[in-house]
Amino acid sequence: MRVALFVTCVNDTLYPHTGQAVVALLERLGVEVDFPPAQTCCGQPQFNTGYRHETEPLVRRYAAAFREYDYVVTPSGSCAAMVRDNYPRIGAKASAEGRGEELTEAAASAVPKTYELTEFLLDVLGVTDVGAYYPHTVTYHPTCHGLRMLGLGDRPRRLLEHVRGIELRELAGADECCGFGGTFAVKNAAVSAAMGADKARAIADTGAETICAVDNSCLMHIGGTLARQGAAARPVHIAEILAATEDAPPSAARAAVEGSPR
Amino acid sequence: MSRTYLGMPGSHPAASRAPFPEAAAASTQDAQLRGNLRHATHTIRAKRAKAVAELDDWGALRAAGAAIKDRTLRHLDHYLERLEESVTRAGGTVHWAVDAAEANRIVTRLVQDTGEREVVKVKSMATQEIGLNEALAEAGISAYETDLAELIVQLGDDLPSHILVPAIHRNRGEIRDIFRERMAAWGRPAPDGLGDEPRELAEAARLHLREKFLSAKVGISGANFMVADTGTLVVVESEGNGRMCLTLPETLISVVGIEKIVPTWQDLEVFLQLLPRSSTAERMNPYTSTWTGTADGDGPRDFHLVLLDNGRTDTLADRVGRQALRCIRCSACLNVCPVYERAGGHAYGSAYPGPIGAILTPQLRGVGGSLEASLPYASSLCGACYEVCPVAIDIPEVLIHLRERVVEGGEVTLRGSKAVIKPAKGHAAERAAMRAARWALDHPGALRGGQRLAARTRRFHPKRLPGPGRAWTDTRELPEVPAESFRDWWARTRGERGEK
Amino acid sequence: MLGRVRRALADVPRDERPQDQPVARDYRRTHGDRTHAERVGLLAENLADYRADVHRCGPAELPALIARLLAERGARSVVVPAGLPPEWLAEADVERLPDAAENTARDLDAVDSVVTGCAVAIAETGTIVLDAGPDQGRRRITLVPDHHICVVRARDHVVDSVVQGLERLDPAHPLTWISGPSATSDIELDRVEGVHGPRTLEVIIVEDAAEG
Repeated sequence: MRVALFVTCVNDTLYPHTGQAVVALLERLGVEVDFPPAQTCCGQPQFNTGYRHETEPLVRRYAAAFREYDYVVTPSGSCAAMVRDNYPRIGAKASAEGRGEELTEAAASAVPKTYELTEFLLDVLGVTDVGAYYPHTVTYHPTCHGLRMLGLGDRPRRLLEHVRGIELRELAGADECCGFGGTFAVKNAAVSAAMGADKARAIADTGAETICAVDNSCLMHIGGTLARQGAAARPVHIAEILAATEDAPPSAARAAVEGSPR
Repeated sequence: MSRTYLGMPGSHPAASRAPFPEAAAASTQDAQLRGNLRHATHTIRAKRAKAVAELDDWGALRAAGAAIKDRTLRHLDHYLERLEESVTRAGGTVHWAVDAAEANRIVTRLVQDTGEREVVKVKSMATQEIGLNEALAEAGISAYETDLAELIVQLGDDLPSHILVPAIHRNRGEIRDIFRERMAAWGRPAPDGLGDEPRELAEAARLHLREKFLSAKVGISGANFMVADTGTLVVVESEGNGRMCLTLPETLISVVGIEKIVPTWQDLEVFLQLLPRSSTAERMNPYTSTWTGTADGDGPRDFHLVLLDNGRTDTLADRVGRQALRCIRCSACLNVCPVYERAGGHAYGSAYPGPIGAILTPQLRGVGGSLEASLPYASSLCGACYEVCPVAIDIPEVLIHLRERVVEGGEVTLRGSKAVIKPAKGHAAERAAMRAARWALDHPGALRGGQRLAARTRRFHPKRLPGPGRAWTDTRELPEVPAESFRDWWARTRGERGEK
Repeated sequence: MLGRVRRALADVPRDERPQDQPVARDYRRTHGDRTHAERVGLLAENLADYRADVHRCGPAELPALIARLLAERGARSVVVPAGLPPEWLAEADVERLPDAAENTARDLDAVDSVVTGCAVAIAETGTIVLDAGPDQGRRRITLVPDHHICVVRARDHVVDSVVQGLERLDPAHPLTWISGPSATSDIELDRVEGVHGPRTLEVIIVEDAAEG
């Protein structure tokens, strides 16, 4: 089983600890994971803003970068959804425009092997208890693309429920969008901020120390709003919670991985 | 009494023409509006979920609804001819209106032919879309809205902000004040000491409108469905004002978009299950009227059907966008939309607010105007609208498709003719940025270079950004750039290999 | 306009027929298998849920029940469809206005009540359907008076579902589907019963003695 990590451009650049947590978690579960450095970005920001033609090279790049792998695991619900839902559409449109089947084939090779992290853990590895320890109060926000495009269902929750020491708090209006939406956050800043403020209030009302999700882009918006409001809750990607153990709490887990070159 | 009719085909008169972000920036600051919308949309959300959960075959009904509409749309010419034939056979007269101006001319002439100067109206999205009331007013004809919410809007010299509940932006106290202050100018005044209980307000509307119903000679309606095979029209309603307008007048004029056709009587078995539960969250709405042409001694003697295009065939020509024509105007997408809930309906600048408006208006009118070009971006793409849509319109898919039309231009159909449109103005900087980003992202070495530069300079990154970046930092902190990217960490700890 | 439609559909193959576009009707014909008694019970329950007043009786008790309901209401006049069985109103002490084309809306507005039969009653949705048949009359007589008594003959009229109801109805007749008295959700999306149509809807479900 050749498994590649698609870390995503946001995590690569801004949240390397999330990528490191995925590596630590998968290795702990006995999965050897590789990082093909030809990978960059799935093209979601371009595509969702209307720049389909600017997205096409990134579709090709994604397919080529992961060609030799059986599984591509990504700690991002929205990037996984981009590949699965939109790559075939990009291929179909190019084909309808008489530009051949290359992108359709690229999509066909990428789609079936791409898994969001919690899907990979439950559907491929078949684990719900990943042996994590996280002694904190946590509330979980199901991100829209994870919830409605990928249909993650209760997978993230089932994983979190098996984490030792964790105390899960219900988030009111959990299935409502946080207001990030990619370029929506700046193109419609007023509405985005209003949605973010409502989400931040719901999170604060739980009293949880940690707000957790499967997408750091949503957490960047939620966390940025919470921080501006001076709220205590802190955004943490689900991978970092699942990677944490008694021996290696989040910060220590990072150090352990950082200090173990292979 | 009414605002100036701007005469723009396909535009709602006096509606906002400001781009969505500007209009929404203002409306999100209106705490009263936000409160009213939040209360109303959250009330109906839970009810709808319960009404839908009662049917364990909802998925199959939804798929059948979408399939019936798709069949109809792919053969719309066939079904339109069939409909004309069956309506005519049943004693009705069919008129064809290619745009708003033509529809308004036809209806105005039909009313003038009766010699009447007053008409009663059932709530109709199509007549709002074409600005019929304002066109009739120009010809000296008064149109009385009889739906309770439309009455609130008309008396308040206001604009509708929701498909099902046009006065959703008003709470009971505001409605009481409008009734107290304005009813007298239009007819029977509000009862003395009118309070703000919904029951009292509904009673006031009943008394005010009864006089108009009893004397009405001309009724104007839309229709929820038209059955091609039988020539039957269907109006689904709650209050009974629809029945009043459809049965008491001598002349009935129905203005209906061409996409409202269903092929057969049997097809109604799907839509009469999908619509009420999605719309008012009821097992069945209180009243549904169906009529086929004219009936001897029962209801209007003259029945006119005005079939409206007004951008629908342009929409039909778009293979991705045409699914918007499946819409049965239930408004479930508005009620779950987080953007609608904050921005309110007026920001969408047309008779069709919310997610469906964001894909319908730019297609009916084209994306040439700055409002229309901004509507496809009025969404965080959260997908809640698609999830509840009873005819499975993939609104996010169409939004992205229309965004592409805005920024990349391309071939479209405009008023029946093929045209190639240029990319919209105002996206030049964004386009350059997207190209640059694509270049960097297609060259991992360049991406790594940028990441390292950002990491080295991170102590100097400002907390607040100038220019477009302000839109982020006005309300949110920026993430801190880490000392080392994941890519560099991997290369340092696991050894560089395979990079092209 | 048809030319525009055809140009817009240039991608549809010329030889494609409407029936070539599949419509899978794998939804349910009814939502549950019910005995007659269960079906009638569900109808009563759903009608009541939307604030109709539901009464049940045998055929012999019907005239007395109608008379009582009219008297309780204080009704002095009632509109009568041409084909209403005369015995239904035999015990009622009210002025009768026969349904006729000449009756104006104002005439009807002056009448207290209307008594009709129905064409179909749908249990799953709590709906009664009038098809302007002889015992139901013109559409407006069940609209303008403020009090409507509708008689449902359980054995003849009650079906389970919308699917079954539609099958029984003839689109050539003008139809009125009624599910409870008129209502509105226009104020804060909160349902309030009683706007323009009859504010009081009384449904009498008549069971044959054998069904009891």
